[in-house]
Amino acid sequence: MDWSWFPFEMPHPALLWAGVLEGIVLSAVLALTALGLSLVFGVMRIVNVAHGEFYMLGAVLAYAVTSVIGGHPALGFTVALIVAPLLVGALAAASDWLVLKRLNYEPEATIVATIGMLYIIQQLSLEFFGPDARPVVAPFDWRIRLPWFGYSGYKFVVVGAAILLMIGVWVLMARTRIGLIMRATQFDREMASAFGIPVDRVFAGVFALGAGLAAIGAVLIVPVQQAHYLMGGDPLLLSFIVVIIGGLGSLKGTVVAALLIGLSDGIISTLFTPTLAKILATLLVAMVLVFRPQGLFGTRAA
Amino acid sequence: MLDIRDLEAGYGSVTVLRGVALDVQPGEIHCLLGRNGAGKTTLLKAIMGHVRRQGSILHDGAELTSLPPHEVPRRGIGYVPQGRRLFAELTVAENLEIGLMTRRSGREVRERMLALFPRLGERLRQRAGTLSGGEQQMLAMARALALEPTLLLLDEPTEGLQPSMIQLIRDVVTDLRQTHVATLLVEQRVEAVLRVADRVTFIENGHTRETLTADELRGRPELLDRYVGV
Repeated sequence: MDWSWFPFEMPHPALLWAGVLEGIVLSAVLALTALGLSLVFGVMRIVNVAHGEFYMLGAVLAYAVTSVIGGHPALGFTVALIVAPLLVGALAAASDWLVLKRLNYEPEATIVATIGMLYIIQQLSLEFFGPDARPVVAPFDWRIRLPWFGYSGYKFVVVGAAILLMIGVWVLMARTRIGLIMRATQFDREMASAFGIPVDRVFAGVFALGAGLAAIGAVLIVPVQQAHYLMGGDPLLLSFIVVIIGGLGSLKGTVVAALLIGLSDGIISTLFTPTLAKILATLLVAMVLVFRPQGLFGTRAA
Repeated sequence: MLDIRDLEAGYGSVTVLRGVALDVQPGEIHCLLGRNGAGKTTLLKAIMGHVRRQGSILHDGAELTSLPPHEVPRRGIGYVPQGRRLFAELTVAENLEIGLMTRRSGREVRERMLALFPRLGERLRQRAGTLSGGEQQMLAMARALALEPTLLLLDEPTEGLQPSMIQLIRDVVTDLRQTHVATLLVEQRVEAVLRVADRVTFIENGHTRETLTADELRGRPELLDRYVGV
Protein backbone atom coordinates (compact mmCIF):
# COMPACT_ATOMS: atom_id res chain seq x y z
CA MET A 1 0.00 0.00 0.00
CA ASP A 2 1.20 3.48 -0.82
CA TRP A 3 1.36 5.77 2.22
CA SER A 4 3.08 8.67 0.47
CA TRP A 5 -0.11 10.81 0.65
CA PHE A 6 -0.08 10.61 4.47
CA PRO A 7 1.12 13.98 5.81
CA PHE A 8 2.96 12.58 8.87
CA GLU A 9 6.05 10.44 9.20
CA MET A 10 5.45 6.85 10.24
CA PRO A 11 6.78 6.51 13.77
CA HIS A 12 8.75 3.79 15.54
CA PRO A 13 6.52 1.10 17.19
CA ALA A 14 8.01 1.76 20.65
CA LEU A 15 6.60 5.26 20.37
CA LEU A 16 3.14 3.76 20.05
CA TRP A 17 3.58 2.07 23.43
CA ALA A 18 4.87 5.26 24.96
CA GLY A 19 1.77 6.98 23.61
CA VAL A 20 -0.50 4.30 25.10
CA LEU A 21 1.14 4.61 28.53
CA GLU A 22 1.00 8.41 28.50
CA GLY A 23 -2.62 8.13 27.40
CA ILE A 24 -3.49 5.86 30.32
CA VAL A 25 -1.93 8.26 32.83
CA LEU A 26 -3.78 11.17 31.23
CA SER A 27 -7.02 9.13 31.27
CA ALA A 28 -6.67 8.41 34.98
CA VAL A 29 -6.25 12.05 36.01
CA LEU A 30 -8.84 13.19 33.49
CA ALA A 31 -11.38 10.70 34.80
CA LEU A 32 -10.99 12.10 38.34
CA THR A 33 -11.27 15.71 37.19
CA ALA A 34 -14.22 15.04 34.87
CA LEU A 35 -15.95 13.04 37.58
CA GLY A 36 -15.90 16.12 39.80
CA LEU A 37 -17.37 18.26 37.03
CA SER A 38 -19.99 15.62 36.26
CA LEU A 39 -21.04 15.25 39.92
CA VAL A 40 -21.49 19.00 40.28
CA PHE A 41 -23.52 19.26 37.10
CA GLY A 42 -25.48 16.08 37.82
CA VAL A 43 -26.60 16.96 41.34
CA MET A 44 -26.65 20.77 41.24
CA ARG A 45 -27.29 21.45 37.51
CA ILE A 46 -24.39 23.89 37.61
CA VAL A 47 -21.84 24.22 34.83
CA ASN A 48 -18.75 24.96 36.89
CA VAL A 49 -16.44 26.96 34.64
CA ALA A 50 -14.04 27.41 37.60
CA HIS A 51 -13.47 23.63 37.84
CA GLY A 52 -10.06 23.86 36.14
CA GLU A 53 -8.97 26.50 38.67
CA PHE A 54 -9.73 24.16 41.56
CA TYR A 55 -7.46 21.70 39.75
CA MET A 56 -4.76 24.35 39.37
CA LEU A 57 -5.12 25.32 43.01
CA GLY A 58 -4.62 21.67 44.02
CA ALA A 59 -1.32 21.61 42.11
CA VAL A 60 -0.13 24.98 43.44
CA LEU A 61 -0.99 24.01 47.01
CA ALA A 62 0.89 20.74 46.52
CA TYR A 63 3.94 22.82 45.60
CA ALA A 64 3.44 25.09 48.60
CA VAL A 65 3.04 22.19 51.03
CA THR A 66 6.00 20.20 49.70
CA SER A 67 8.26 23.23 49.74
CA VAL A 68 7.39 23.95 53.38
CA ILE A 69 7.82 20.37 54.60
CA GLY A 70 11.35 19.09 54.41
CA GLY A 71 12.72 15.57 54.77
CA HIS A 72 11.92 12.73 52.41
CA PRO A 73 9.88 13.84 49.35
CA ALA A 74 7.25 11.19 50.13
CA LEU A 75 6.43 12.89 53.44
CA GLY A 76 5.62 16.29 51.94
CA PHE A 77 3.77 14.66 49.07
CA THR A 78 1.57 12.58 51.36
CA VAL A 79 0.68 15.65 53.41
CA ALA A 80 -0.08 17.55 50.18
CA LEU A 81 -2.31 14.72 48.97
CA ILE A 82 -4.46 15.16 52.07
CA VAL A 83 -4.21 18.89 52.74
CA ALA A 84 -4.58 20.30 49.21
CA PRO A 85 -7.94 18.60 48.40
CA LEU A 86 -9.30 19.53 51.84
CA LEU A 87 -8.33 23.19 51.44
CA VAL A 88 -9.68 23.31 47.89
CA GLY A 89 -12.88 21.59 49.03
CA ALA A 90 -13.30 24.09 51.86
CA LEU A 91 -12.78 26.98 49.44
CA ALA A 92 -15.37 25.46 47.09
CA ALA A 93 -17.89 25.04 49.92
CA ALA A 94 -17.30 28.63 50.96
CA SER A 95 -17.79 29.95 47.43
CA ASP A 96 -20.96 27.87 47.16
CA TRP A 97 -22.22 29.50 50.34
CA LEU A 98 -21.13 33.03 49.40
CA VAL A 99 -22.00 33.06 45.71
CA LEU A 100 -23.98 30.17 44.22
CA LYS A 101 -26.51 29.84 47.05
CA ARG A 102 -27.25 33.56 46.80
CA LEU A 103 -28.02 33.12 43.10
CA ASN A 104 -30.52 30.37 43.98
CA TYR A 105 -28.44 28.05 41.79
CA GLU A 106 -29.94 29.58 38.63
CA PRO A 107 -28.18 27.79 35.75
CA GLU A 108 -27.38 30.89 33.67
CA ALA A 109 -26.38 33.11 36.60
CA THR A 110 -24.06 30.45 38.04
CA ILE A 111 -22.20 30.11 34.73
CA VAL A 112 -21.38 33.81 34.85
CA ALA A 113 -20.52 33.57 38.55
CA THR A 114 -18.15 30.63 38.06
CA ILE A 115 -16.44 32.50 35.20
CA GLY A 116 -15.82 35.25 37.75
CA MET A 117 -14.51 32.69 40.26
CA LEU A 118 -12.15 31.38 37.56
CA TYR A 119 -10.46 34.76 37.17
CA ILE A 120 -10.39 35.53 40.88
CA ILE A 121 -8.72 32.22 41.75
CA GLN A 122 -6.33 32.50 38.82
CA GLN A 123 -5.24 36.06 39.61
CA LEU A 124 -4.90 35.39 43.34
CA SER A 125 -2.72 32.43 42.50
CA LEU A 126 -0.59 34.61 40.21
CA GLU A 127 -0.33 37.19 43.00
CA PHE A 128 0.80 34.75 45.67
CA PHE A 129 2.78 32.13 43.75
CA GLY A 130 4.03 34.15 40.80
CA PRO A 131 4.08 33.38 37.08
CA ASP A 132 6.70 30.62 37.16
CA ALA A 133 6.06 26.91 36.77
CA ARG A 134 6.94 25.19 40.05
CA PRO A 135 8.21 21.62 40.20
CA VAL A 136 7.14 19.10 42.81
CA VAL A 137 9.48 16.17 43.43
CA ALA A 138 7.84 12.75 43.01
CA PRO A 139 7.45 10.87 46.32
CA PHE A 140 9.74 8.12 45.05
CA ASP A 141 11.93 7.50 42.04
CA TRP A 142 11.97 4.07 40.56
CA ARG A 143 11.68 3.08 36.98
CA ILE A 144 9.99 0.04 35.59
CA ARG A 145 11.92 -1.72 32.82
CA LEU A 146 9.61 -2.37 29.90
CA PRO A 147 10.81 -4.30 26.76
CA TRP A 148 11.18 -1.04 24.81
CA PHE A 149 12.18 1.53 27.39
CA GLY A 150 12.25 2.31 31.10
CA TYR A 151 9.13 3.98 32.45
CA SER A 152 8.39 5.98 35.57
CA GLY A 153 6.96 3.74 38.28
CA TYR A 154 5.29 6.78 39.80
CA LYS A 155 2.99 7.08 36.81
CA PHE A 156 1.67 3.59 37.47
CA VAL A 157 0.93 4.62 41.04
CA VAL A 158 -1.02 7.61 39.70
CA VAL A 159 -3.15 5.25 37.63
CA GLY A 160 -3.69 2.90 40.60
CA ALA A 161 -4.62 5.73 42.94
CA ALA A 162 -7.09 7.15 40.41
CA ILE A 163 -8.75 3.74 40.01
CA LEU A 164 -9.05 3.38 43.81
CA LEU A 165 -10.54 6.86 44.16
CA MET A 166 -13.08 6.19 41.44
CA ILE A 167 -14.12 2.94 43.10
CA GLY A 168 -14.42 4.94 46.31
CA VAL A 169 -16.71 7.51 44.68
CA TRP A 170 -18.79 4.70 43.19
CA VAL A 171 -19.18 3.04 46.59
CA LEU A 172 -20.06 6.42 48.13
CA MET A 173 -22.75 7.09 45.53
CA ALA A 174 -24.24 3.62 45.22
CA ARG A 175 -23.84 2.07 48.65
CA THR A 176 -23.99 4.75 51.34
CA ARG A 177 -26.62 6.95 52.94
CA ILE A 178 -24.76 10.07 51.80
CA GLY A 179 -24.84 8.75 48.22
CA LEU A 180 -28.57 8.08 48.49
CA ILE A 181 -29.11 11.63 49.72
CA MET A 182 -27.08 12.96 46.79
CA ARG A 183 -28.98 10.85 44.25
CA ALA A 184 -32.36 11.84 45.69
CA THR A 185 -31.34 15.53 45.59
CA GLN A 186 -30.15 15.10 42.01
CA PHE A 187 -33.47 13.58 40.99
CA ASP A 188 -35.87 16.03 42.67
CA ARG A 189 -34.45 18.57 45.12
CA GLU A 190 -37.87 19.81 46.18
CA MET A 191 -39.10 16.34 47.16
CA ALA A 192 -35.76 15.63 48.83
CA SER A 193 -36.32 18.64 51.07
CA ALA A 194 -39.86 17.38 51.74
CA PHE A 195 -38.24 14.40 53.48
CA GLY A 196 -35.87 16.37 55.63
CA ILE A 197 -32.82 16.49 53.34
CA PRO A 198 -31.08 19.89 53.74
CA VAL A 199 -30.54 20.60 50.05
CA ASP A 200 -28.24 23.60 50.54
CA ARG A 201 -25.86 21.57 52.71
CA VAL A 202 -25.90 18.73 50.16
CA PHE A 203 -25.03 21.26 47.45
CA ALA A 204 -22.14 22.72 49.46
CA GLY A 205 -20.85 19.17 50.04
CA VAL A 206 -21.16 18.15 46.40
CA PHE A 207 -19.43 21.33 45.21
CA ALA A 208 -16.62 20.65 47.68
CA LEU A 209 -16.37 17.00 46.62
CA GLY A 210 -16.24 17.95 42.93
CA ALA A 211 -13.49 20.51 43.53
CA GLY A 212 -11.66 18.11 45.84
CA LEU A 213 -11.58 15.41 43.15
CA ALA A 214 -10.05 17.88 40.69
CA ALA A 215 -7.49 18.88 43.34
CA ILE A 216 -6.52 15.24 44.04
CA GLY A 217 -6.08 14.68 40.31
CA ALA A 218 -3.79 17.72 40.18
CA VAL A 219 -1.70 16.67 43.21
CA LEU A 220 -1.21 13.25 41.62
CA ILE A 221 -0.07 14.70 38.29
CA VAL A 222 2.02 17.63 39.54
CA PRO A 223 5.27 15.61 40.00
CA VAL A 224 5.00 14.86 36.27
CA GLN A 225 3.75 18.23 35.04
CA GLN A 226 4.75 21.14 37.35
CA ALA A 227 2.37 23.63 38.96
CA HIS A 228 1.49 26.82 37.10
CA TYR A 229 -1.25 29.40 37.54
CA LEU A 230 -2.54 28.90 33.98
CA MET A 231 -2.58 25.09 34.08
CA GLY A 232 -6.37 24.88 34.67
CA GLY A 233 -7.42 25.52 31.06
CA ASP A 234 -6.66 22.16 29.48
CA PRO A 235 -8.23 20.03 32.25
CA LEU A 236 -11.38 22.18 32.08
CA LEU A 237 -11.70 21.77 28.31
CA LEU A 238 -10.91 18.04 28.38
CA SER A 239 -13.28 17.48 31.32
CA PHE A 240 -16.11 19.12 29.41
CA ILE A 241 -15.28 16.95 26.40
CA VAL A 242 -15.29 13.81 28.57
CA VAL A 243 -18.52 14.73 30.32
CA ILE A 244 -20.31 15.51 27.04
CA ILE A 245 -19.13 12.29 25.39
CA GLY A 246 -19.76 10.09 28.42
CA GLY A 247 -23.10 11.56 29.35
CA LEU A 248 -23.76 13.80 32.34
CA GLY A 249 -24.21 12.13 35.68
CA SER A 250 -22.97 8.76 34.42
CA LEU A 251 -19.98 7.41 36.31
CA LYS A 252 -19.45 4.64 33.77
CA GLY A 253 -19.72 7.11 30.88
CA THR A 254 -17.16 9.40 32.50
CA VAL A 255 -14.64 6.57 32.91
CA VAL A 256 -15.12 5.21 29.38
CA ALA A 257 -14.98 8.68 27.79
CA ALA A 258 -11.89 9.59 29.87
CA LEU A 259 -10.16 6.45 28.58
CA LEU A 260 -11.21 7.23 25.03
CA ILE A 261 -10.04 10.86 25.14
CA GLY A 262 -6.96 10.16 27.28
CA LEU A 263 -5.72 7.29 25.11
CA SER A 264 -6.39 9.03 21.81
CA ASP A 265 -4.76 12.20 23.13
CA GLY A 266 -1.72 10.26 24.39
CA ILE A 267 -1.28 8.19 21.24
CA ILE A 268 -2.02 10.91 18.70
CA SER A 269 0.08 13.51 20.55
CA THR A 270 3.04 11.12 20.72
CA LEU A 271 2.79 9.80 17.18
CA PHE A 272 1.66 12.96 15.40
CA THR A 273 0.91 16.30 17.05
CA PRO A 274 -1.04 17.43 20.13
CA THR A 275 -3.02 19.77 17.88
CA LEU A 276 -4.31 16.85 15.82
CA ALA A 277 -5.37 15.13 19.07
CA LYS A 278 -7.39 18.17 20.14
CA ILE A 279 -8.93 18.49 16.67
CA LEU A 280 -10.11 14.88 16.76
CA ALA A 281 -11.45 15.18 20.32
CA THR A 282 -13.40 18.30 19.40
CA LEU A 283 -14.71 16.58 16.28
CA LEU A 284 -15.86 13.67 18.44
CA VAL A 285 -17.71 16.06 20.75
CA ALA A 286 -19.44 17.64 17.77
CA MET A 287 -20.48 14.20 16.48
CA VAL A 288 -21.82 13.19 19.90
CA LEU A 289 -23.75 16.45 20.28
CA VAL A 290 -25.33 15.98 16.86
CA PHE A 291 -26.10 12.27 16.95
CA ARG A 292 -26.39 11.42 20.64
CA PRO A 293 -26.79 14.63 22.66
CA GLN A 294 -27.33 12.78 25.94
CA GLY A 295 -23.84 11.25 25.61
CA LEU A 296 -22.84 7.61 25.21
CA PHE A 297 -24.14 6.48 28.60
CA GLY A 298 -26.34 9.37 29.66
CA THR A 299 -30.09 9.31 29.97
CA ARG A 300 -32.12 11.99 28.25
CA ALA A 301 -32.61 15.08 30.39
CA ALA A 302 -36.17 15.44 31.64
CA MET B 1 -52.63 21.59 65.10
CA LEU B 2 -52.41 23.65 61.88
CA ASP B 3 -53.54 27.25 61.84
CA ILE B 4 -53.09 29.27 58.66
CA ARG B 5 -53.84 32.98 58.68
CA ASP B 6 -53.66 35.68 56.06
CA LEU B 7 -51.45 33.57 53.82
CA GLU B 8 -50.23 34.87 50.51
CA ALA B 9 -48.32 32.49 48.24
CA GLY B 10 -47.19 32.21 44.65
CA TYR B 11 -44.49 31.45 42.12
CA GLY B 12 -41.99 34.19 41.31
CA SER B 13 -43.94 37.36 40.59
CA VAL B 14 -47.27 35.49 40.20
CA THR B 15 -49.39 35.44 43.35
CA VAL B 16 -51.79 32.48 43.50
CA LEU B 17 -53.14 32.57 47.06
CA ARG B 18 -54.33 35.69 48.90
CA GLY B 19 -55.80 36.05 52.37
CA VAL B 20 -56.00 32.30 52.94
CA ALA B 21 -57.20 31.09 56.36
CA LEU B 22 -57.52 27.45 57.37
CA ASP B 23 -57.41 25.41 60.55
CA VAL B 24 -56.93 21.66 60.81
CA GLN B 25 -57.70 19.79 64.04
CA PRO B 26 -55.87 16.69 65.33
CA GLY B 27 -57.32 13.48 63.93
CA GLU B 28 -59.56 15.15 61.37
CA ILE B 29 -59.75 14.61 57.65
CA HIS B 30 -60.00 18.07 56.16
CA CYS B 31 -60.71 18.34 52.44
CA LEU B 32 -59.93 21.22 50.11
CA LEU B 33 -62.42 21.53 47.29
CA GLY B 34 -62.29 23.89 44.34
CA ARG B 35 -61.92 24.10 40.60
CA ASN B 36 -58.70 23.44 38.72
CA GLY B 37 -56.34 26.33 39.26
CA ALA B 38 -58.13 27.54 42.40
CA GLY B 39 -54.89 27.14 44.40
CA LYS B 40 -55.37 23.83 46.28
CA THR B 41 -52.01 22.38 45.29
CA THR B 42 -50.28 25.72 45.87
CA LEU B 43 -51.64 25.75 49.43
CA LEU B 44 -50.04 22.37 50.15
CA LYS B 45 -46.78 23.57 48.56
CA ALA B 46 -46.91 26.71 50.68
CA ILE B 47 -47.13 24.59 53.83
CA MET B 48 -44.12 22.56 52.64
CA GLY B 49 -42.19 25.74 51.85
CA HIS B 50 -41.86 24.95 48.15
CA VAL B 51 -43.33 28.26 46.97
CA ARG B 52 -42.85 31.89 47.95
CA ARG B 53 -45.11 32.62 50.92
CA GLN B 54 -46.03 35.38 53.39
CA GLY B 55 -48.34 35.39 56.36
CA SER B 56 -48.68 32.85 59.10
CA ILE B 57 -48.68 29.03 59.07
CA LEU B 58 -48.66 27.89 62.69
CA HIS B 59 -48.08 24.20 63.27
CA ASP B 60 -48.20 23.05 66.91
CA GLY B 61 -47.23 26.58 67.90
CA ALA B 62 -44.25 26.86 65.51
CA GLU B 63 -44.21 29.32 62.63
CA LEU B 64 -43.50 27.28 59.48
CA THR B 65 -42.97 30.31 57.22
CA SER B 66 -39.71 31.09 59.01
CA LEU B 67 -38.34 27.52 58.69
CA PRO B 68 -36.26 26.21 55.78
CA PRO B 69 -38.19 23.58 53.75
CA HIS B 70 -36.23 20.59 55.11
CA GLU B 71 -37.31 21.42 58.69
CA VAL B 72 -41.00 21.05 57.80
CA PRO B 73 -41.01 17.21 57.57
CA ARG B 74 -38.92 17.09 60.74
CA ARG B 75 -41.87 18.67 62.53
CA GLY B 76 -44.09 15.74 61.60
CA ILE B 77 -45.62 16.80 58.30
CA GLY B 78 -45.81 14.12 55.60
CA TYR B 79 -46.43 15.04 51.96
CA VAL B 80 -47.86 12.97 49.10
CA PRO B 81 -47.70 15.37 46.15
CA GLN B 82 -49.79 15.41 43.03
CA GLY B 83 -48.44 12.92 40.50
CA ARG B 84 -46.65 11.15 43.41
CA ARG B 85 -43.18 12.44 42.44
CA LEU B 86 -41.36 9.31 43.47
CA PHE B 87 -37.60 9.14 42.97
CA ALA B 88 -38.24 7.10 39.81
CA GLU B 89 -34.59 6.18 39.20
CA LEU B 90 -34.20 4.84 42.74
CA THR B 91 -35.47 1.48 43.96
CA VAL B 92 -38.56 0.94 46.10
CA ALA B 93 -36.31 0.23 49.09
CA GLU B 94 -34.33 3.44 48.50
CA ASN B 95 -37.51 5.51 48.20
CA LEU B 96 -38.67 4.10 51.53
CA GLU B 97 -35.31 4.90 53.05
CA ILE B 98 -35.70 8.54 51.97
CA GLY B 99 -38.92 8.55 53.96
CA LEU B 100 -36.94 7.36 56.97
CA MET B 101 -34.27 10.08 56.57
CA THR B 102 -35.43 12.10 59.57
CA ARG B 103 -34.88 9.28 62.04
CA ARG B 104 -31.86 7.38 63.28
CA SER B 105 -33.16 3.85 63.00
CA GLY B 106 -36.09 3.06 60.79
CA ARG B 107 -36.18 -0.74 60.74
CA GLU B 108 -39.34 -1.07 62.80
CA VAL B 109 -41.21 1.65 60.88
CA ARG B 110 -40.05 0.12 57.61
CA GLU B 111 -41.48 -3.26 58.60
CA ARG B 112 -44.76 -1.58 59.50
CA MET B 113 -44.97 0.10 56.10
CA LEU B 114 -44.30 -3.18 54.33
CA ALA B 115 -47.03 -4.84 56.43
CA LEU B 116 -49.41 -2.03 55.42
CA PHE B 117 -48.52 -2.39 51.74
CA PRO B 118 -47.28 -5.99 51.28
CA ARG B 119 -47.02 -5.51 47.50
CA LEU B 120 -44.09 -3.12 48.05
CA GLY B 121 -42.20 -5.86 49.90
CA GLU B 122 -42.20 -7.96 46.74
CA ARG B 123 -40.79 -5.10 44.69
CA LEU B 124 -38.02 -3.73 46.94
CA ARG B 125 -35.23 -4.06 44.34
CA GLN B 126 -37.34 -2.68 41.49
CA ARG B 127 -36.94 0.89 40.31
CA ALA B 128 -39.87 3.00 41.46
CA GLY B 129 -40.50 4.31 37.94
CA THR B 130 -41.32 0.78 36.73
CA LEU B 131 -44.13 0.20 39.25
CA SER B 132 -47.80 0.27 38.22
CA GLY B 133 -49.80 3.39 39.05
CA GLY B 134 -51.39 1.81 42.11
CA GLU B 135 -48.07 0.52 43.42
CA GLN B 136 -46.53 3.94 42.90
CA GLN B 137 -49.29 5.50 44.98
CA MET B 138 -48.71 2.89 47.72
CA LEU B 139 -45.03 3.76 47.72
CA ALA B 140 -45.76 7.50 47.84
CA MET B 141 -48.05 6.89 50.82
CA ALA B 142 -45.57 4.59 52.56
CA ARG B 143 -42.73 7.07 51.99
CA ALA B 144 -44.75 9.85 53.62
CA LEU B 145 -46.12 7.68 56.44
CA ALA B 146 -42.60 6.49 57.26
CA LEU B 147 -42.06 9.96 58.76
CA GLU B 148 -44.78 8.99 61.26
CA PRO B 149 -46.44 12.33 60.59
CA THR B 150 -49.00 13.98 62.80
CA LEU B 151 -50.22 15.90 59.75
CA LEU B 152 -50.45 14.29 56.33
CA LEU B 153 -50.85 16.39 53.16
CA LEU B 154 -52.44 14.36 50.34
CA ASP B 155 -52.76 15.86 46.85
CA GLU B 156 -55.23 13.88 44.73
CA PRO B 157 -54.07 10.50 46.02
CA THR B 158 -56.66 8.53 44.05
CA GLU B 159 -56.12 10.24 40.68
CA GLY B 160 -56.06 7.65 37.90
CA LEU B 161 -56.36 4.63 40.18
CA GLN B 162 -58.67 1.63 39.85
CA PRO B 163 -61.53 1.23 42.39
CA SER B 164 -59.84 -1.45 44.54
CA MET B 165 -56.82 0.80 44.96
CA ILE B 166 -58.96 3.84 45.79
CA GLN B 167 -60.60 1.73 48.51
CA LEU B 168 -57.20 0.76 49.93
CA ILE B 169 -56.02 4.40 50.06
CA ARG B 170 -59.32 5.42 51.65
CA ASP B 171 -58.96 2.70 54.30
CA VAL B 172 -55.44 3.82 55.13
CA VAL B 173 -56.55 7.43 55.50
CA THR B 174 -59.55 6.59 57.71
CA ASP B 175 -57.36 4.31 59.85
CA LEU B 176 -54.99 7.23 60.41
CA ARG B 177 -57.83 9.15 61.98
CA GLN B 178 -57.90 6.53 64.77
CA THR B 179 -54.31 7.39 65.64
CA HIS B 180 -55.04 11.16 65.75
CA VAL B 181 -53.16 11.89 62.55
CA ALA B 182 -54.70 14.88 60.79
CA THR B 183 -55.08 14.72 57.02
CA LEU B 184 -55.34 17.67 54.68
CA LEU B 185 -56.73 16.19 51.48
CA VAL B 186 -57.01 17.72 48.02
CA GLU B 187 -59.53 15.73 46.02
CA GLN B 188 -61.55 16.44 42.89
CA ARG B 189 -64.27 13.83 43.29
CA VAL B 190 -67.02 15.20 45.49
CA GLU B 191 -68.62 11.85 46.34
CA ALA B 192 -65.26 10.51 47.56
CA VAL B 193 -64.77 13.63 49.68
CA LEU B 194 -68.19 13.34 51.27
CA ARG B 195 -67.49 9.73 52.20
CA VAL B 196 -64.26 10.37 54.17
CA ALA B 197 -64.11 14.03 55.10
CA ASP B 198 -64.88 15.47 58.53
CA ARG B 199 -64.76 19.03 57.28
CA VAL B 200 -64.48 20.70 53.91
CA THR B 201 -63.00 24.07 52.96
CA PHE B 202 -63.74 25.58 49.57
CA ILE B 203 -61.09 27.46 47.63
CA GLU B 204 -61.98 29.85 44.84
CA ASN B 205 -59.56 31.96 42.79
CA GLY B 206 -56.89 31.74 45.46
CA HIS B 207 -59.16 32.63 48.39
CA THR B 208 -60.54 30.29 51.03
CA ARG B 209 -64.35 30.48 51.29
CA GLU B 210 -66.75 28.52 53.54
CA THR B 211 -65.53 25.81 55.89
CA LEU B 212 -68.21 23.36 56.99
CA THR B 213 -68.64 19.77 58.14
CA ALA B 214 -69.46 17.01 55.70
CA ASP B 215 -72.97 16.73 57.15
CA GLU B 216 -73.59 20.46 56.74
CA LEU B 217 -72.36 20.23 53.16
CA ARG B 218 -74.87 17.48 52.33
CA GLY B 219 -77.61 19.94 53.26
CA ARG B 220 -76.18 22.70 51.04
CA PRO B 221 -75.57 21.21 47.58
CA GLU B 222 -75.70 24.71 46.05
CA LEU B 223 -72.18 25.30 47.44
CA LEU B 224 -70.89 22.44 45.31
CA ASP B 225 -72.49 24.00 42.26
CA ARG B 226 -70.94 27.32 43.05
CA TYR B 227 -67.35 26.29 43.87
CA VAL B 228 -66.84 23.00 42.05
CA GLY B 229 -69.42 23.34 39.32
CA VAL B 230 -70.71 19.81 39.18
